[in-house]
Amino acid sequence: MKKFIITFLISLLLTMNVSAGTDGENSFTKKNSGQVKDCFEKINRTTFKFNEALDVAIIEPIAKAYRVLPSPVRAGTSNALDNLSSLVTIPNNILQGEFKKAGVNTGRFVINTTVGILGIFNVAQKLGFSEYEKEDYGQTLGTMGISPGCYLVLPILGPSTIRDTAGSFINILGGDPWYNASINGNNEYLSKTQYAATKILTGVNFRAQNIDSIENLKKNSIDFYASVKSLYLQDRQQKISNKNGSLEIIYDGNWEEIESQ
Amino acid sequence: MKNFLIFVTFLIITLSNISKVYSIEADVFVQSTVNRASEALNNKFSKKEKIEKLKQIASETVDIRGIGFYTLGVYRKNISNDQLKQYEKLFEQYFLKSFSSRLAEYSNPEIEVISKKKLNQNYTMVSSILVSTEQRPEVKVDWRIYTKNLENPKIRDLIIEGLSLARTQKEEFSSIIQSNDGDINALFAALIEFIKE
Repeated sequence: MKKFIITFLISLLLTMNVSAGTDGENSFTKKNSGQVKDCFEKINRTTFKFNEALDVAIIEPIAKAYRVLPSPVRAGTSNALDNLSSLVTIPNNILQGEFKKAGVNTGRFVINTTVGILGIFNVAQKLGFSEYEKEDYGQTLGTMGISPGCYLVLPILGPSTIRDTAGSFINILGGDPWYNASINGNNEYLSKTQYAATKILTGVNFRAQNIDSIENLKKNSIDFYASVKSLYLQDRQQKISNKNGSLEIIYDGNWEEIESQ
Repeated sequence: MKNFLIFVTFLIITLSNISKVYSIEADVFVQSTVNRASEALNNKFSKKEKIEKLKQIASETVDIRGIGFYTLGVYRKNISNDQLKQYEKLFEQYFLKSFSSRLAEYSNPEIEVISKKKLNQNYTMVSSILVSTEQRPEVKVDWRIYTKNLENPKIRDLIIEGLSLARTQKEEFSSIIQSNDGDINALFAALIEFIKE
């Protein structure tokens, strides 16, 4: 029953997405960050304020405390979390037709989990493996041509789009082996607690790595909500294209008509 | 006639050489700007001194007017000349304050210019790396350099790890105007408030 509800939700989200992202025309086109509609702006801004308050009260202080930990501890935690995330990256590599990357990431996961002691040490990197790039189901839907649809701000989880939210649901429908093993797996070593702990730690780790840049952005923005939205959508766009700096940004035609000299 | 042709040829060659002598390569320009900024961020200066030095560097090396026009997007074409002049003035103050205050937080950032790519006659992208420290990993920084005037290249955008600062600012401004039913004065009010703070 639970799976049925989730599947229904994903279908609903993606159907809404196709309509919302294409002005009623069901053509599957990739939308740039400027074209993603903020259909629920009022609710989004309210949720954003709630998340900001939560961040100030709980998440930021925890992230600051976490940052005090010795650098090798933080690096080890970050490595282990990255290693765990490759369980979602590998199936997405395959779904995107990136079989070579899937092979490399599988090799990296095996080496780091065993020789690197549960991923704490990035042994594969020392062996010359290429830089690790995370993939998720939202990105895969993007590469399939599904438009992002409306922009969303989720409570606690933060910025997203309808497509990316639908992608996250796929994780709990069997798309994330770590979720399957810890929540659904019938074993005595893993439970919901371990799964929740890794998700919370991922959030704290991200927040700790970005304390200065988020503070700087907050201080120098005249509309912090709009800045975060723009940065999130640009980031997703380049992750889907798997390029540092999407071509759309580099060849932005709007610059051509600016005469100032 | 023959002498005249020789004279004209000589003149063309001389002039083309002069322009070559004074043209500045985009990557050299970026490295020299970075070196100047790095010097300004030296800890021997107070934060106020750092900000003043950074403002001076930005005034000389960044095309603030051009970024301002880009950032205004479609609204640039719908406002009066007086409003545009007011915007230019406000944007310059906003930009210098925001830019210098963002950078003043860093101390002795080490940036290495890696490569450059000419996009067209007007633009060259220069790729660089902000060298990692104990606190943060390596950061990729691309610079959009406006090269229409080769003797005086200007920075128009910074793309940090693929995220364009100019585009972020453009979408921020657009959001403020849209949230206020397309009223450009709402943006002016927000800029004035930021400048005053």
